[in-house]
Amino acid sequence: MTRIHVNTTVNGDKVDFLADPRETLLDCLRDKVGMTGAKEGCGTGDCGACSVTLDGRLVCSCLVLGVEAEGKQVETIEGMANGGELHPLQQKFIEYAALQCGICTPGILVATQALLKKNPDPTEEEVRYWLAGNLCRCTGYDKIIRAVMDTAKDLRAEKVGGDV
Amino acid sequence: MRYHTPASFDDAVGIAADATGVTRFLAGGTDVLVQLRADIVTPDDLIDVKHIPGVRDITQNSDGSWAIGIAVAGAEMTECPALIADWPGVVEGMDLIGSTQVQGRATLVGNLCNGSPAADAVPGMIAAGATVSITGPDGNRTVAVEDIPTGPGRTALNKGEMVTAVNIPARGDNGGDAYLRFIPRTEMDIAVVGCAVNLRVDGDVITEARVALGAVAPTARLVADAATAIIGTTLDEGALAALAAAASAACNPIDDKRGTIEFRTHVAGVLAQRAAKIAYARATCAGGE
Amino acid sequence: MALDNKSEFKYIGTRPNRPDGLDKVTGRARYGADAYAPGMLHGAVLRSPHAHAKILNIDASKALAMEGVKAIVTRNDFAKGLEGDDWDLLENTIAGEKTLYDGHAVAGIAATSVLVAKDALKLIEVEYEVIPHVTDVDAAMADGAPVIREGAADHSVPEGLHPNVVRYTEFGRGDLDAGFAAADMVVDRSFKTEAVHQGYIEPHACLADLGADGRGELWCCTQGHWFVRRMCSALLGLETTQLRVTASEIGGGFGGKTTVFIDPIALALSRKAGKPVKLVMSRSEVLKASGPTASASMDVKMGMTKDGKLTAATASFRMQGGAFPGAPMDMTTMLAFSCYALDNVHHEGFDVMTNRPKQAAYRAPGAPMGAFAVESVMDELCEGLGLDPIETRLKNAVKEGTKSAFGPRYKAIGLIETLEAARDHPHYSAPLAENTGRGVASGYWMNWGGETSVSLAIGEDGAVQVGVGTPDIGGSRASMALMAAEAIGIPYENVRVNVLDTAALGTNEPSHGSRATYASGLATIEAAREAIGKLCQRAADKWGIDAEAVEWKDGAAYPSGPNAGDFEPLSIADIAGEMGSTGGPITGHHDASPTGFGGSFGTHIVDVHVDPDTGRSTVKRYTVIQDAGKAIHPSYVEGQFQGGAAQGIGWALNEEYVYGEDGRLQNDVFLDYRIPVASDLPMIDTVIVEVPNPGHPYGVRGVGETGITPPLPAVANAISHATGHRMTRLPMSPPRVLRAIQGKGIS
Repeated sequence: MTRIHVNTTVNGDKVDFLADPRETLLDCLRDKVGMTGAKEGCGTGDCGACSVTLDGRLVCSCLVLGVEAEGKQVETIEGMANGGELHPLQQKFIEYAALQCGICTPGILVATQALLKKNPDPTEEEVRYWLAGNLCRCTGYDKIIRAVMDTAKDLRAEKVGGDV
Repeated sequence: MRYHTPASFDDAVGIAADATGVTRFLAGGTDVLVQLRADIVTPDDLIDVKHIPGVRDITQNSDGSWAIGIAVAGAEMTECPALIADWPGVVEGMDLIGSTQVQGRATLVGNLCNGSPAADAVPGMIAAGATVSITGPDGNRTVAVEDIPTGPGRTALNKGEMVTAVNIPARGDNGGDAYLRFIPRTEMDIAVVGCAVNLRVDGDVITEARVALGAVAPTARLVADAATAIIGTTLDEGALAALAAAASAACNPIDDKRGTIEFRTHVAGVLAQRAAKIAYARATCAGGE
Repeated sequence: MALDNKSEFKYIGTRPNRPDGLDKVTGRARYGADAYAPGMLHGAVLRSPHAHAKILNIDASKALAMEGVKAIVTRNDFAKGLEGDDWDLLENTIAGEKTLYDGHAVAGIAATSVLVAKDALKLIEVEYEVIPHVTDVDAAMADGAPVIREGAADHSVPEGLHPNVVRYTEFGRGDLDAGFAAADMVVDRSFKTEAVHQGYIEPHACLADLGADGRGELWCCTQGHWFVRRMCSALLGLETTQLRVTASEIGGGFGGKTTVFIDPIALALSRKAGKPVKLVMSRSEVLKASGPTASASMDVKMGMTKDGKLTAATASFRMQGGAFPGAPMDMTTMLAFSCYALDNVHHEGFDVMTNRPKQAAYRAPGAPMGAFAVESVMDELCEGLGLDPIETRLKNAVKEGTKSAFGPRYKAIGLIETLEAARDHPHYSAPLAENTGRGVASGYWMNWGGETSVSLAIGEDGAVQVGVGTPDIGGSRASMALMAAEAIGIPYENVRVNVLDTAALGTNEPSHGSRATYASGLATIEAAREAIGKLCQRAADKWGIDAEAVEWKDGAAYPSGPNAGDFEPLSIADIAGEMGSTGGPITGHHDASPTGFGGSFGTHIVDVHVDPDTGRSTVKRYTVIQDAGKAIHPSYVEGQFQGGAAQGIGWALNEEYVYGEDGRLQNDVFLDYRIPVASDLPMIDTVIVEVPNPGHPYGVRGVGETGITPPLPAVANAISHATGHRMTRLPMSPPRVLRAIQGKGIS
């Protein structure tokens, strides 16, 4: 099978790999780029554990081919913290016990970050619908939703403070 | 599997026309990749259409009609306020497909050409009177959306043909549309029943209507009797009852893991009424402005 | 080990950040599929497309000839002559003479890439002879049903039953006739539940490296790596200690990761290829061929006086657990009436084989089905007699000293406390909207102790490491660290808890039965106390006094009694800093199979809105009240309550295994196996009741499982009230509820 040389950017760093066109971006991130933060829970776009952003757009990396990443900007959970400094969402998820087994957590964090960029003041219902494609089997979602709502509130307060 | 990234429709058609094996076009990939992964369809040639100029554009023409590019993702449609203002039902249908993540990739044309009887975006397009522009080895043609699906997984596209755009008519005055679907959960399911209603009013009387149903027959279908039931009415109780009866009568569903014949037939009538009420409110409210 | 009767805690009951938090929010945590080894091959498994078929021939020659294919294994590559449970396990791992269900493994391949392995699978030619199948429990017991396996029944099965009935149980007491005669109302109903899946988001995954010398390493996501070691050793003919199993971080289990499916295949492939082999299940494989729970067909009859006193109760449970013995009818029968004091009671259970995958544990295995039936009948009795469902439950509730329906008398338990808290909760008296019903139900899980081994060592700086053998499935490392911190009197942050591999500790049972916080926690406290004894001895030696004259408090040794105030206290860091020259490392260790586990009762309240036109149910409000004994880390206790409720809601409303006429699973993807999504649920309120378990120093009961027991009946009772029709079949999917609303009965 002929493999294709793919040049892409992951979390700001240029990377390249050889991909069989049948391989998904998720496969390539995990097996070729060495980033295993995105997980495969279903392979059919139903669970969201593989969530990444592609040119700023939230997608399931299991529903993107690796070869489609050519020339794109990919952001994964590994790029969320600023070095040793956690993103406020990451910090809040720990504080709120918004994870139990943690397998869905990377995808939920990536998805939530995309939500708050688009909508800094979401209602509970908006958070729940935005995250409907991120399955969590442990928590019943309660603490996740609370962590997201509270982070959004903090970030808004920070922004207001910054403006003053 | 060979992966192609043609830079023009002509090139794409050329590749598709010359292909001897299984060929698939790749836009959002939310169906193609699932089928690939599950070993249902492994194309010999996969033609990624996203490198063709203009395919990501949403364009309003000078006559008020719309052209939606074949690689426009659902999320891009829901970020276009003018399109939502004109055709909320069309956008709702698209927006209901899958998760936020799927919305980042899935397209109207992909949803149409996948050929699923339960495709959420299709009834809304049919009710709106949308057409698709097609190009192929034998030239170009324009086809009504309701004439594209011919059965589960099958379309009226010939070998080498591809859709180049979705055309939605100008909204015009005093119109409104809506799409509702029934699913057991709140999100992430395939429609058990889908219903779109598009209508126009004069005062409070419906003068034009198109009603389309999904997931209740081998293809999404336009239900003329359901439209007739409400044209000339103010969507009173009698009209709603006639609408429900006509919608249920148009059903030819199957029993499967997602719903029963009995259930789909009943709920088609329920959804037709509910969608009609929303479309009517939108049309009359728009008229009042 | 007795309760300390400690009323004040410094660390227990606080909510610190979990130690593995950073790893899990940054993507650093390594789960089953996150392991890679140099020279690693990738495995894939060929699975039966038939529900029931004889395997006439397997020809793998074309696959083996494919470039990149390094090994193919079939049944012949596993141990011969196994019997009993080991034979069942092997037969389920890889088919022998017959395939027994859709998705049953037939062969394994190892190749240089996943794509090569999957392509090669298509070249294996299997000749099948398809034979009749049966997937429904009642159909499998009926005359003429296809026999899954002749001679599988044990001695408990009475004469005359179909050979698919492989185990039978029956017990009770009292005078049923007199009991029912004394009742003012008797309800006798039949119920049915479908099989559901644990639905953990992480598919089974492993990385195996087994040499021809019988020594090997296995990395896998599991709730219990000693179980994995024992099972894999048996199936591959290895000595247990030659196989070292490391538990990865685990992406959910809920009981479903207490057995093996692909691990033995990966080990066999590795042994044959001479290279490490990674094997990961797809979601479809997980749903088809891991271990969903049993489905049940049940009859429950209960009698009640008009003032709400239960007079008699009987239940019969017919349960299928797939093509092997093991449906959890023992637990279903035992726990069905566990909430109520009954003098006249009888239980009967049937374990039935069908052409489905071998069931595995799922959160309180067997209990939710029985609770669904019993608590529904209880609700119907209350409704029929015009009684309040909580007051009536209180009137019949078991308490300390009550003889349980299954025999033993209860020790200190908290059912009454949860019922009182439910009655007093604002939810219970809140007004209800139109087309909305309120359901209440109670449930129980007995919890478990199990083989447990914990090691603790003091670092040179006085910090502490704790090695446990129970994989951390939902924050248990935080709980162990809290208990060690409390016992030793050092800050939580100064304790690091590690889940050790099978070479580092004695045998540990899995994190199952709600045992981890109870049993590993108890062993952690005991190990800490042993280490404290040694710390005190070092201080005593230094001071030249008796160890008995040293008191340990707040992480330091103090001279006490006649020596009080004679010496400056020695902190744990002071003693640890000198331990090399004062006698060597200071450790504590504890091995036990503790038996003082205490059961946990819960009571749930739920409001469900039903759309009368479509039969669609929406959970509007939910409250979980449960006895934790003692909540070590309340956030993770609440998390268990909420998670159990969410899974129960899924089981009640939309989750089910759908088998077609052909015996094949129709919904093997998350698209159609409908677990609750974020927008399906409301916030889930929790109330932690604390009636200490006398069998744990801090009163811990274990909280993981009880929470899935009340939701099935609570939701069913709510829908029954909303619609005016008694719901007796799960899932209560919209078509089923609509039929009930339309008066067409329950199908």
